[in-house]
Amino acid sequence: MDMIRRTVLKGAGATGMLAGLLAAGVLKPTLAYAEDWNKAAFEAKDINEALKSLGAASAADHKDLVIKAPEIAENGSVVPVDVSSNIPNTTSIAILILKNPFPLSSQFEFSNGAMTDVSIRVKVADTSVIRAIAKADGKFYSTQKEVKVTVGGCGG
Amino acid sequence: MSMNRREFLQILAAASAAGFALDSRSVLAAQGGERLYDVPHFGNVHFLHFTDCHAQLLPIWFREPNVNIGIGSALGKTPHLVGEKLLKTYGIKPGGREAHAFTYLDFAQAAKTYGQVGGFAHLATLVKQLRASRPSALLLDGGDTWQGSGTALWTQGQDMVDACKLLGVDMMAPHWEFTLGHERVKQIVEKDFAGKIEFLAQNVKTTDFGDPVFKPYALREMNGVKVAVVGQAFPYTPIANPRWMVPDWTFGIQDEEMQKVVNEARAAGAQVVVVLSHNGMDVDLKIAARVTGIDAIFGGHTHDGVPQPVKVQNQGGVTLVTNAGSNGKFLGVLDFDVKGGKVSDFRYKLLPVFSNLLPADAEMAALIDKIRAPYLGKLEEKLAVSEGLLYRRGNFNGSWDQLIVDALMEVKGADLAFSPGFRWGTTILPGQTITFEHVMDQTAITYPASTLTEMSGEQIKMILEDVCDNLFNPDPYYQQGGDMVRVGGLAYACDPNAKIGKRIQDMRLHGKPLEAGKKYKVAGWAPVAEGATGEPIWEVVSTWLRNKKTITPRKLNTPKLIGIAGNPGIA
Repeated sequence: MDMIRRTVLKGAGATGMLAGLLAAGVLKPTLAYAEDWNKAAFEAKDINEALKSLGAASAADHKDLVIKAPEIAENGSVVPVDVSSNIPNTTSIAILILKNPFPLSSQFEFSNGAMTDVSIRVKVADTSVIRAIAKADGKFYSTQKEVKVTVGGCGG
Repeated sequence: MSMNRREFLQILAAASAAGFALDSRSVLAAQGGERLYDVPHFGNVHFLHFTDCHAQLLPIWFREPNVNIGIGSALGKTPHLVGEKLLKTYGIKPGGREAHAFTYLDFAQAAKTYGQVGGFAHLATLVKQLRASRPSALLLDGGDTWQGSGTALWTQGQDMVDACKLLGVDMMAPHWEFTLGHERVKQIVEKDFAGKIEFLAQNVKTTDFGDPVFKPYALREMNGVKVAVVGQAFPYTPIANPRWMVPDWTFGIQDEEMQKVVNEARAAGAQVVVVLSHNGMDVDLKIAARVTGIDAIFGGHTHDGVPQPVKVQNQGGVTLVTNAGSNGKFLGVLDFDVKGGKVSDFRYKLLPVFSNLLPADAEMAALIDKIRAPYLGKLEEKLAVSEGLLYRRGNFNGSWDQLIVDALMEVKGADLAFSPGFRWGTTILPGQTITFEHVMDQTAITYPASTLTEMSGEQIKMILEDVCDNLFNPDPYYQQGGDMVRVGGLAYACDPNAKIGKRIQDMRLHGKPLEAGKKYKVAGWAPVAEGATGEPIWEVVSTWLRNKKTITPRKLNTPKLIGIAGNPGIA
């Protein structure tokens, strides 16, 4: 790969990471998203509580909401998860790791026709279902995929 | 005195072994051995395929498993059939040469009758023979080629690279190759292989931006037909093997990407698209049902010698799924008849490579001699004589692994020992002398440290559950294709149909239940973490063998199995 593109992208990657940290609540969110910060949802310790706080307790499965994630994580500390929604008028995507101490990992808001496709790297503490929630026209939709975290070795 | 044909042949074999000048080829031809390699020419597109040879340049013995359990939707289906069940499914006559090749049945006796299998000089003769009637055939190597022997380890795979070039391999897909480290892999692909062998892997990308690391597929024209071969590396390389050896690359099954690559190849004019895969057969069967536009998957990794392809129906048509065994024992031949731009019919044969039916190719034999010469003294060192049969394959244990865990426990003073569920490693017949080369056949890896660790009963259970799920998760995409970790000293029960956390039961050490909170001394080898140290496992095992001199038949420690009565994957 050509080095200029790599250098430029590294810069962009850093910015992207910042956004990720903001969304994940690592950086003080009040600076950026004071209005949208759903404190209760991010601090929820189980999935039902988190979904309730998002208003998504009765989200319905939708085939146009797609999670891409490895079946078995290469490194549980940085699992790449990509969620895209082809549901018309999607305005937000939330990603939850069911077994993590705080299941809600991130929430993204889209406006002005932004592409509804997000990629994050997230810590998955233990083998867990990952659930994505999309909001479109005021309704909530859901899809999920299991990511296995294993001790490794002993194969082949 | 009366004797049946089997007994007569055994006497002949014994006479031959004792140095009588019997022409074994004429004896074997009497059983139709030579007709084995008459594969009538068919169609206009031809592939030859071998896989998982694990660097075995010379003829060897290799016993197929008697335990290869399928659960869930894999219950009773290929490749989870062993022994007589396998013979019956594929209409193979019991007691004959092919029955010996495809099953464990009567292994030690039949091995003496039919002789050794594999060896690159013999494989080279077979490849030349088949290429005589199919000059355009592509020779595909499914990988696990640069690892598995002393010479492959000591030359960093160079012996196999040179042998594959001489054999005329056209394309390969990787797995254990990566345990030579990413820099060495790049070096071979960019220098040795340039313009000669395509190294294909659509599912290896850079971890940072997801750029492809290798060519995903290659196009060739054969008798006027455009043919594409897509490569698929073992998806779980950085998990089953050390992550630090390929730090910048990410793997995975990536079936959506596979669909894109297949579509791209079709758009580029390919009338035949095949995948050279190191997924393992259960994963290949699933991917074949999900991805359309693949005519055949040439599979490996799980070391299943499958006589005929499985026809998998998907939305686009039918995909053939094969698996071609291991250790140089088999060569697959697939002929396609392509008419009107698409495959209209096929013929497939998985040929066992019987070394004494195929004369050694002189040029390859010379190369092998040259490769071995600097190491010959070391390789041929006699360590001990084995009274019993030593083999590795099987879901839960093999007598070779039992020997390794026995040696580990004794040398390290451990309560119990673990040995990885590898599927490679050759077989020793009763009465055979074990050489240092044989020990390397079981242990030659680039992370060979032996270890002694304190673990709580809870940790031990967690490890067993974890590895067991890699084997028996009902969804093949969550399996890793190895066997269960071999366990020495610890008795347990296993319920393959249960969920993770519930499969491993009744763990006992010397009859006493294992205590969750108590610490135990656990010996092992092949740690995947970076920086692990410890005497290489081949030193531990060799020293132990030298001291024992005679190795009594091993008592296999295998779990009590729950809920699998009648499973055709166990005999």
